[in-house]
Amino acid sequence: MQFGIFSVSDVTTDPTTGRTPDDTERVRSMMAIAQHADEAGLDVFATGEHHNPPFVASSPTTMLGYLAGTTKNIVLSTATTLITTNDPVKIAEDYAMLQIIADGRMDLMMGRGNTGPVYPWFGKDIRQGINLALENYALLRRLWEEDVVDWQGKFRTPLQGFTATPRPLDGVPPFVWHGSIRSPEIAEQAAYYGDGFFHNNIFWPTSHTQRMVQYYRQRFEHYGHGSADQAIVGLGGQFFARKNSQDAWNEFRPYFDKAPVYGHGPSMEEFTAETPLTVGSPEQIIDRYAAMREHVGDYQRQLFLIDHAGLPLKTVLEQIDILAEEIVPALRAEMEPKRPAHVPADPPSHAERAAAARADGAAHQAHVAGDDRWTGKSAEDGVVAPSAASGR
Amino acid sequence: MSERTIVTISAGLGQPSSTRLLADRLTEATTEELAAHGLDAVVHTYELRDVAHEVVNAMLTGFPAGELREMLEAMTNADGLVLTSPLFTTTYSGLFKSFIDVIDKDSLTGMPVLLGATGGTARHSLALEYSMRPLLTYLRADVVTTSVFAATDDWSGEADAVNPLPARIRRAGRELAEKVAGREPGDAADVYDDAPSFEEMFKRL
Repeated sequence: MQFGIFSVSDVTTDPTTGRTPDDTERVRSMMAIAQHADEAGLDVFATGEHHNPPFVASSPTTMLGYLAGTTKNIVLSTATTLITTNDPVKIAEDYAMLQIIADGRMDLMMGRGNTGPVYPWFGKDIRQGINLALENYALLRRLWEEDVVDWQGKFRTPLQGFTATPRPLDGVPPFVWHGSIRSPEIAEQAAYYGDGFFHNNIFWPTSHTQRMVQYYRQRFEHYGHGSADQAIVGLGGQFFARKNSQDAWNEFRPYFDKAPVYGHGPSMEEFTAETPLTVGSPEQIIDRYAAMREHVGDYQRQLFLIDHAGLPLKTVLEQIDILAEEIVPALRAEMEPKRPAHVPADPPSHAERAAAARADGAAHQAHVAGDDRWTGKSAEDGVVAPSAASGR
Repeated sequence: MSERTIVTISAGLGQPSSTRLLADRLTEATTEELAAHGLDAVVHTYELRDVAHEVVNAMLTGFPAGELREMLEAMTNADGLVLTSPLFTTTYSGLFKSFIDVIDKDSLTGMPVLLGATGGTARHSLALEYSMRPLLTYLRADVVTTSVFAATDDWSGEADAVNPLPARIRRAGRELAEKVAGREPGDAADVYDDAPSFEEMFKRL
């Protein structure tokens, strides 16, 4: 079972001091958080992708590429990569590059984002959100799996004889998750491909999460990737822990009350009762999250949101220590013995996927030999003059 | 005897409330008429006042919690709805609209709905037709032809001697009952049962 953290990269004023970090400080603190999580022994760091203030994470592979070089063991991922508004060709290139730089210590999660205007900013129609996710991802897979792609679709300019480079590490594409909160279509998509499904349930009641994950599991089995309980499931979560429960409540409450996402709405008492947010002692957090498997089945990845709502970096790093030293070992001890032998403990690693692909003879070439038919001294060199094309 | 479920929602703020009273009368007229069709009615009645905080929380957090969630489930699974609101400043109350804003926009598609409203004088009665009915029509609900406005005077029985409130309530209840009786009872469409397969989705691209 993997335990890690994910960040939405919000720049938020600390309500207790009135201090707001600038973008540079926030980007640096995200890197410090990821590096600290690696040193503390957590399994995953995932960054969101946003294209508007107050968020800074617009360029995930730049950040993850740096982290690949400055961390040792932690799996680098996204939560989420916008499959709707990014060009799938660029995703194929960026993440194959990251995969090589990270030596396979990465995966990524497709999502549609939570900001409507991103669609028009990138020239897309939000009403086509699901369709963009379907078509773009189908193309992305072909770009990773096939050396030379001829392709025509509805949303992107066609490709003829196109090769995305670099070719994936060992000829095996990165493992992909699909994240969705309320669209069964995306659970269906994840199940169809046998990919992972992540439910970011941080603002949702457990009953909702349970139903969605159950649907994904059932469809995973339907498409013949294994039994329903072998499907690869990840969950979101959030907590704030201090040794004494009351200290945790007192310290976190001003952040909760002013947080952009839930502040001024339900009380912290109501919100912690309805959603996975848990504020209290490490034991209380362990109890709450150890029970998650009862709702969604034995799962493979648990990510926590902890660097948000204006919490200072020092506090976030302390939360990472509490998570790594007290919460995760206890959760493992609690959850792992209950996992049946045929249910994978982790999502597939690159090494496992590469070994499986070699065994099946399904690994692709890691390089495509070919003459460059395209590159000239300038981009316009190869363009045929209009008069020549018309035959006059 | 076959069974139908009627969910009644009143946006009345007072306790007791004339809007709730109107809701109860409309519901009663509906169940009596259903009985005449040989149908038993199970009635669940809610007041938005009781879930007012949860309605605002749902607007801020994006998900319904607590009693509001149960109420939305009951509403979505109903065979017919009775919705009543007081008229404030030319239209339905803000709480009523906030409630409508937090429900899933597809959840009332095809749902038989009877509308009622209360106000000080009969001069406000058309607000039902120019504001409340289009709201429900937008949600693709199947709104019965007669909606019922009750002014303060209506409760004294002297407001309209030719077409008094009880007669309007009976007619409206009959219309809702006929729509409800004319359909198969059943649970609301389940989003997962109706979810398209990958192949279906891809064909539609």
